[in-house]
Amino acid sequence: MNLTNHIASHVRGIPRSGIRDFFEIVQSMQDVISLGIGEPDFHTPWRIREAAIYSLERGHTGYTSNLGLPKLRERIAQYVSKHFRVGYDPATEIIVTVGVSEAIDLALRALLNPGDEVLYHEPCYVSYNPSVVLAHGVPVAVPTHAADNFRMTAEELAKKITPRSKVLMMNFPCNPTGATQTREELEKIARICIENNLVVLTDEIYSELTYDGATHTSIASLPGMRERTVFLHGFSKAFAMTGFRIGYACAPAPLTEAMMRVHQYAILCANTMAQDAAIEALESGDNDVAMMRKEYEARRNFIVRSFNDLGLPCFTPLGAFYVFPDIRSTGLTSREFSMGLLEKKKVACVPGTAFGASGEGHIRCSYATSLEKIKIAMTRIAEFVAEVRK
Amino acid sequence: MDKILPLLQHNARASIADLAKSANLSEADVAARIARLEDDGVILGYQAIVDPQKVARERVTAVIEVKLTPEREGGFDKMAERIARFPEVQGCYLMSGGYDLLVIVEGRTLNEVAGFVSEKLATIKGVVGTGTHFRLKAYKENGVELKREVGPQRLAISP
Repeated sequence: MNLTNHIASHVRGIPRSGIRDFFEIVQSMQDVISLGIGEPDFHTPWRIREAAIYSLERGHTGYTSNLGLPKLRERIAQYVSKHFRVGYDPATEIIVTVGVSEAIDLALRALLNPGDEVLYHEPCYVSYNPSVVLAHGVPVAVPTHAADNFRMTAEELAKKITPRSKVLMMNFPCNPTGATQTREELEKIARICIENNLVVLTDEIYSELTYDGATHTSIASLPGMRERTVFLHGFSKAFAMTGFRIGYACAPAPLTEAMMRVHQYAILCANTMAQDAAIEALESGDNDVAMMRKEYEARRNFIVRSFNDLGLPCFTPLGAFYVFPDIRSTGLTSREFSMGLLEKKKVACVPGTAFGASGEGHIRCSYATSLEKIKIAMTRIAEFVAEVRK
Repeated sequence: MDKILPLLQHNARASIADLAKSANLSEADVAARIARLEDDGVILGYQAIVDPQKVARERVTAVIEVKLTPEREGGFDKMAERIARFPEVQGCYLMSGGYDLLVIVEGRTLNEVAGFVSEKLATIKGVVGTGTHFRLKAYKENGVELKREVGPQRLAISP
């Protein structure tokens, strides 16, 4: 039996992830220093792990409500209100999900009819385009540029709007670029969304990791936006809880209800122990987050200065834990650069094109790794660049 | 607070060049700031954090609770400073609660520490009582866990 013909055509059409082959090469090599890891290098803070252990000890091993534990939803409502200045009703407007990834899938499946267009900035997280395709939507990339420090501009967004435009997806602070949006730019974008009746999915998973004292603004908090926004957040990055797989979506009740319908049949509920751990994170994790933020900020300063010293221009990102230096002066494509660096110097990074065509000429380097390793990696990158330029 | 201090508290051996990059300052600026912190007595010294169980030369450490009758002039400070001056004393703190001073004493043998307590510490005028607790095993020193966790298991590359 030839199963290929049985695979749905829209699934067949999804390309393999651009980092998959790198992953396989790195696996086969020794002594590689990886700047290609998109998750914190910190352990989950002990108090949070301890809460998960206690959850098991108490026998919290059953299902929870489809929307998630009521206490967790209350804590989420308090947290979002305090940090993002948007109020949500924990009974009807918050749903706990298996990471933000699931929340994105739920929102797109709940919103899209076949052929509806979803706008998103590019470079962006690897799942954006395929999630839209899997929900039978049409992905429409809005390019962002190094000259704007990879902010999404209202002008570029406006150019891509059509009568089929239905949803705008955005992720600031951004993986892979580290870009953040200013309040002024968000206001212009919000105006376009209101004029064109768009729903906004805003993935703010990196918002706690904002540096230089910059304040993070959520588009959901702008006038007229709460009613048309799905606010997505989770615990993976700020609380170093990637493996817990726990996130959430906040949205007006009818949209939350629609997302819940998909969630209840596909997933039923998020992991119960992880939900208990998430309560602990929200109740007492602030100091741990502050400690990690301080450490990331010092590493960011180090890696940004190092790339600029090498003559690979790199803007100082105000968020997340990635830098996105410009490697065009080496004459290599981002793929050639990343492959050469890995083979010759055993340093792994991710070519910018893994995050969309507009990432060409750039590489993504994660500084979620120890300063000691970053130092060695930067020495090796300097050697590689010198050899390439010779 | 100075930007350099937390970086040095994290790693006192970081080079001036690395500190400059991490704090986004010039090297000259970093050197000047460190010199000022040292001159002002903010930074008192730089020491290695050692796992006592891995050092061949064994040491005995005791935590001693000391009750005092404060002097008319000088109060607790004068007596505490007098006690702190002994080289055997590694730490000395004024405490709230059931006793007044917490004194950490280190010696080569149990007898040496016991002798210090009975002959030197307990006989000081104004010391009305001591309670000595010997340390059996260390699990954490200066914020560093002695049994270190290996870093989290992570994929070599992830999105």
